[in-house]
Amino acid sequence: MQLPQMNDNNASGGCGCSGSDSGHGGCASRPGMTRRSFLRTSAGATGGIAALAASLSPLREMGGEGFSMQEFLQKHYKEMSESDMDTALTRISDQVEKRYEVRPDIRDIKPMDGVEFVYALNLSRCIGCRKCVHACVAENNLSREPEMQYIRVLEMPRGTMDIEQGDHHYDRPTVPDEDHFYMPIQCHQCANPPCVKVCPVEATWAEEDGIVVVDYDWCIGCRYCEAACPYWARRFNFSTPKIPKADLNPNMSYLSNRPRPKGVMEKCHFCLHRTREGRMPACLEVCPTGSRKFGNVLDPNSEVREVLRTKRVFVLKEDVGTLPRFFYYFDERDPLQSVTVEGGAS
Amino acid sequence: MREYTRFLFRCARLSFHGDWKYYLWMMALTVIALIGLNAYAKQFVQGLSTTGMTDQVSWGLYIANFTFLVGVAAAAAMMVIPVYIYRNKDLYNLVIYGELLAVVAILMCLMFIMVDMGRPDRGLHLLQRFNFPISILTWDVIALNGYLLLNLHICGYLIYCAYQRRQPTKKFYIPFVFIAIVWAISIHTVTAFLYSGLGGRPFWNSAVIAPRFIASAFAAGPAIIILTLQVIRKATGYPVSDKAIQTLRSIVTVALSINMFLLGSEVFTEFYTDSAHGVSAQYLFFGLHGHNALVPWIWSAIALNTLALVILFSPWRNRLGLLNMACVAMIVGIWIEKGMGLIVPAFIPSPLGEIVEYTPTTNEVLVCLGILAFGMLLYTIFVRITVPVLYGELTIDTVYHTDPELRAQRRSGTPSGDQQ
Repeated sequence: MQLPQMNDNNASGGCGCSGSDSGHGGCASRPGMTRRSFLRTSAGATGGIAALAASLSPLREMGGEGFSMQEFLQKHYKEMSESDMDTALTRISDQVEKRYEVRPDIRDIKPMDGVEFVYALNLSRCIGCRKCVHACVAENNLSREPEMQYIRVLEMPRGTMDIEQGDHHYDRPTVPDEDHFYMPIQCHQCANPPCVKVCPVEATWAEEDGIVVVDYDWCIGCRYCEAACPYWARRFNFSTPKIPKADLNPNMSYLSNRPRPKGVMEKCHFCLHRTREGRMPACLEVCPTGSRKFGNVLDPNSEVREVLRTKRVFVLKEDVGTLPRFFYYFDERDPLQSVTVEGGAS
Repeated sequence: MREYTRFLFRCARLSFHGDWKYYLWMMALTVIALIGLNAYAKQFVQGLSTTGMTDQVSWGLYIANFTFLVGVAAAAAMMVIPVYIYRNKDLYNLVIYGELLAVVAILMCLMFIMVDMGRPDRGLHLLQRFNFPISILTWDVIALNGYLLLNLHICGYLIYCAYQRRQPTKKFYIPFVFIAIVWAISIHTVTAFLYSGLGGRPFWNSAVIAPRFIASAFAAGPAIIILTLQVIRKATGYPVSDKAIQTLRSIVTVALSINMFLLGSEVFTEFYTDSAHGVSAQYLFFGLHGHNALVPWIWSAIALNTLALVILFSPWRNRLGLLNMACVAMIVGIWIEKGMGLIVPAFIPSPLGEIVEYTPTTNEVLVCLGILAFGMLLYTIFVRITVPVLYGELTIDTVYHTDPELRAQRRSGTPSGDQQ
């Protein structure tokens, strides 16, 4: 079989960048590749490659972060063996140490048996001081630049429970304001979580104790979960999170507050590195009013169980069917006398 | 196999051959595509903070373009159905250009998804833990890639048969053609379900989204094909009958009318009930608490679509100039409707009632333009190869003449085209 021959007698003029421009040999063409066409072809190819290289030049700035083959090949959290996890934790420790000059204490803390965490928040007491917001930032190594926060406190006018009426950016010298009540919102750790449902790669799931977690090394950053969440509880790392070295909390766990890479989702995890070891979440600990209650709903003697049993409790956006594990309540009850209703209370 | 490699090699060489207009066009597209690549490289290094997206508006121009292009890809079915089901003779030789457009549109869709991902380096995780059938996104992965393969097979097979100067064997492609028709509807339905399945986004959580997607796709897609076919006719002399274009025109007219009707139904439901459900719609059409970035967009979309509809129903609709104007108007109109009109407003206000507006950054726009330019570049190459192959100018046993006069002598009159 004869290969078509090249010639350079086509109509086109000197086009530098498009690589070879020789046509296929016609009847009257000279055989073989002429010097001119060879030069033109190579000039075109060189120009093309140079243009491609120039357009990719920003990649040179990748530098520092570096690409870790180990991380690239790392398995999904649920498929990791103990030694896989050890390797991963060592890698993460090394990365943290290199960047923050602190050797972190990082572990993979598993859920406790017979525990299902719920949160209850007393709207009668909350004064909107936002101490919880900042305690959370410090505890969970949230990015300071750009600033990220898991908890959003709304200042609500009287006469509505419609959160669209809330003010996100209230700024008062003193709180609370008498005409408003305050509603902190964070991840509701739903029992039927839409974010978990939509994730195409199972990078987010609900753990045995009800906490919805993200494997930061598995997330592909499509942000479908962020679109699906009715509580705006999920955050995306639009750039590499920045935390001052001195502010890093070295007490870390794999699924919670270890520093996150760029391009992945993160969210409130009920401070699982604390709560799975019997401590309270940072937001609760710092609250000056005792508005926040947290505990194991399966324990009949827990405080949250008592709240659910005795207070007027409600969940946000009950109509979307997410079954939150985060409850709000009002605890005052006007000094009503008990009234006997004729014919019973039905 | 060796023969096929040689075919691909010859195609590659042919794509570098053309007159000065062809070079100018390809150069321009290459430059824009490289500028887009450069913008993407910046984004890859710095993260998606180079875009206008935020935690409040977490999807923007990329997903908007993706959605629009899924529609363009699905629209190839609007040429396949008349040809293979209704035996339309006018579109018979042209259907392959619709299928090639579908291939290119899907490739662009996949690129838009790639650039939207925070961690494109982890794409392989899809193969390792695929949340199917729970996540609709996994359905979309299957639908889009399946549609790409179907159309690649159909186009590739028919073109290669023409190259080899043999009749295509029906059983090797006809079944796929019919699967592709159903699949075309499915890609857009599944893409609509991505949005309408989210209970936390009332603006999307509506049953009319999927039908509206299909209607708008079957208007904008064939409108693009109408324009493309005229360009092909002008640039290559390939026979495109006016009757074929008028057939597409009637398809576009019906689809656009249905789209406008569905839009009207949606607007009525959102506004007449005065429920909180309609806050995003309120923001989109009239602005909310002094924020009204999308208002000019949606009203220009409605104006453009109305203009297109008026032209399509006017007595002068047969005039090509006017028809082209209607096509451009509706392509732009539907693009806005799906991007600024459907993706962005669902995020405003946020689920907690916060209003954060979205404006794409220059870098983000450059990435989009780069992808669109690259898509057009690919399509031009596909057409560049297909036309001479179907004409019998580039076949297994002939050499391709660079002299147009010699080529003209060999043209058998009609291209061999698609076989039924």
